[in-house]
Amino acid sequence: MDWINSIIQGILVGGLYALFAAGLSLIFGVMRLVNIAHGDLIILSAFLGLTVSSSLNLHPFASLIVVLPIMGFFGYLLQRGILNKTLGNDILPPLLVTFGLSVIIQNGLMELYTADPQKMNAGNIEVASLSLPGGLNIGWFPLLMFIISIIIIGILQFIFYKTALGRAFRATSDDQEIAQLMGLNKNHIYGLAMAISMIVVAIAGIFLGIRTSFDPAAGPSRLIFGFEAVIIGGLGNLWGTLIGGIILGVSQNIGAKINPGWQLLAGHIAFLVVLAIRPKGLFHRVDG
Amino acid sequence: MHKKILETKNLNAFYGDFQALFEVSIDLFEGEIISIIGANGAGKSTFMKAVTGLLAKVENDINLKGRSIKNLRADEIARKGIAMVPEGRKLFPSLSVEENLLIGGQINRIGPWNLTSIYKLFPDLYEKKNMPSNLLSGGQQQMAAIGRALMSNPEIILFDEISLGLAPIIIKKIYQNLPDVIKDGMSAIVVEQDISKAIEISNRVYCLQEGKIALSGHSNKLTREEISKAYFGM
Amino acid sequence: MATDRFEIVQSSSTSRISIFIAFFIIIILFFAPWWAGRADIRLLSEIFLYLSLASLWNLLAGYCGLVSVGQQAFVGFGGYLLFALTIFAGFNPLLAIPISGIFGALISLPIAFLIFRLRGAYFAIGTWVVAEVFRLSFAQIQSLGGGSGSSLPVAIVKSIASNKAMRESLIYWMILGLTVLILVSVYLILRSRRGIALIAIRDNELASKSLGINITRSKLFVYIITSGLTTILGALIFLQKLRISPDAAFNVNDWTAFVIFIVVIGGIGTIEGPIIGVLIFFLLRETLADLGTIYLIMLGCVAIAVMIKAPKGVWGFVSSTFKIELFPLSRKLKKQIKEN
Repeated sequence: MDWINSIIQGILVGGLYALFAAGLSLIFGVMRLVNIAHGDLIILSAFLGLTVSSSLNLHPFASLIVVLPIMGFFGYLLQRGILNKTLGNDILPPLLVTFGLSVIIQNGLMELYTADPQKMNAGNIEVASLSLPGGLNIGWFPLLMFIISIIIIGILQFIFYKTALGRAFRATSDDQEIAQLMGLNKNHIYGLAMAISMIVVAIAGIFLGIRTSFDPAAGPSRLIFGFEAVIIGGLGNLWGTLIGGIILGVSQNIGAKINPGWQLLAGHIAFLVVLAIRPKGLFHRVDG
Repeated sequence: MHKKILETKNLNAFYGDFQALFEVSIDLFEGEIISIIGANGAGKSTFMKAVTGLLAKVENDINLKGRSIKNLRADEIARKGIAMVPEGRKLFPSLSVEENLLIGGQINRIGPWNLTSIYKLFPDLYEKKNMPSNLLSGGQQQMAAIGRALMSNPEIILFDEISLGLAPIIIKKIYQNLPDVIKDGMSAIVVEQDISKAIEISNRVYCLQEGKIALSGHSNKLTREEISKAYFGM
Repeated sequence: MATDRFEIVQSSSTSRISIFIAFFIIIILFFAPWWAGRADIRLLSEIFLYLSLASLWNLLAGYCGLVSVGQQAFVGFGGYLLFALTIFAGFNPLLAIPISGIFGALISLPIAFLIFRLRGAYFAIGTWVVAEVFRLSFAQIQSLGGGSGSSLPVAIVKSIASNKAMRESLIYWMILGLTVLILVSVYLILRSRRGIALIAIRDNELASKSLGINITRSKLFVYIITSGLTTILGALIFLQKLRISPDAAFNVNDWTAFVIFIVVIGGIGTIEGPIIGVLIFFLLRETLADLGTIYLIMLGCVAIAVMIKAPKGVWGFVSSTFKIELFPLSRKLKKQIKEN
């Protein structure tokens, strides 16, 4: 039963990893940009949520009312102010600029909040659980997190394939020159893509901050989890990314069950195994 | 003729340090079709890119209805009513046929063209509207590309090598459709390899040679000798 | 009658002078233990180590397009190999260092097999995952102190040289020697046929593909060499520190972030860039290190500004303004006039 329990926990946390991954996947799909600071932005959102909820005395979920627009707006400005200037044939500038951004965010958070781990308190929902027959216990919070992750991925999928904005994203991704001839301002489109990515990041950050303690240096490993979920699932496939996140979460939990020190290692190894046998991911869709 | 709608004044255009156009002055009047002919590398496509705002470096001026558009971005120029049917059709492969048309239409200018009128003009497209655009035949792709440009209800439509890579029978069909396409006072610039086609459909012809205008005049007044001399530079 | 004849030259008078000056500087640095204090020797060693790491990273990222953010994998691996080879296998540390390089090169092969499947930025994050796997794995080895790490036993430290001054000088000379070796190798690799191919790839991948240059093999070659040398550097770094822990050994900031900043600020894709970058980096650090995290934030901002405003860094700006190359890679056509 313990085993089944930890597999279920793994599946549920996989939803969070899929959220880490969805933002990465979206901007890669639209503008072939890989944001090295992605994980740090998740942690930034968590700190932002912490500050908002403690200073306004709000529930962490309610802090999203403030954190979501701030992160979305920040994403748009970041893209238009800095990242658009780095996009071109050379992959180095965006990579190195977002790497620099990662260092700035980490140290900025360190300066503001010190290196001490923090956590958000969401009250009863954190401990409440659903008892299933056979001694299985599913926490309401992980379950909620998982369901919301699926909903968000569904919304992203809808935006991408069913709306005018999604059409513009896909057209710009196909051929940005022709897209401009159709009256699409690619700088604006890219800005919007980053804004959406940051909105997902904000939600992921709040969930992360309630689920575990976090500190300014916690970003890179979130970037890595997100990245692994993207590659396991296959580039450009959002539902694949969800499966990728679940595989990662389950591997980590199985690893931790065998030996607590193996939790992260097991996740990385699952990723490397997929890379070795199916380099394009399990549900590959587009070429990078 | 009517009012001048588009003019380039001594236009110079560059790819990096390489100059591709030299003092090219071309006028387009309302309701007029002009064609630009010339050998490969003469600068025809460069001219189209310069007018649509895709070239980073152009010198001297491009005016649309008396206003300079030289410093505008490509998307701003498109919104001012210049649409392009690009060489090689360049439909968006991950969009369906209808989505391609809708992308053209999102500029939202007022005019006769919408999904219904496009489907009426090209019934083939209606049947395949939900198909990924890269599964269409070459001729259907060209229709979709023309439809996509029309959807923005442009004042000027640019055709870059629309017959390239298509079977003669398809080319004939597309050119038969052109009078329906270019109507209601719309102006057009046609870049075409096929000289006789170009002369047949246009009011006036410009012939480019190595980035310079070698010859220009009314289509029905130019002789074959003049044209081939300007074309080949002999 | 005079006919024009052309000869391809790579050197210029500036470059001959700069090689002469470089030689002179190396000699002066060799005698540093006699004219510099202990703290200065430490600082010099650190500068050389960073110069080496930066030159190797520049070779990877600036010339091969292999942007790695996981070089700490090899630095840490080298450090741990030094400890393992000396403690468990009884090797003399001076012998363990070159052996670690061989292991580093060997282990880079299976790594390359995996991460060469990823492109561009995904390659970068892939290297990071590998470094994390290394860190987590070494933290599991209890006989090397597990997560908290261990120190090099006194007996092994003494086996390098009996007195402290001699030991520190010896390590200093090894670092200096290795730095010269790395700079010369990077230069020679880039001047070789393979190097020219790499530069051609960087400048135009499509064109060189059509010329039949085997891109993957050249990149793999550089990746293996770089991995081996970075592992040796890691062994030397931890021979100097005498203490190792997974977090210090596989630290992304120390062994990769700083290195990237050095190369970006100095000028990526130029031989001279890392040298200029390392000088700026240490100048800033020695004056601003008290600022702590603010210093890192500033470095990040400078790197971003450089990448956007002057992507070829300080050296790129200088060399394009004054048209000079200290260590020439580009070949010039020189006209010779011969009387017949």
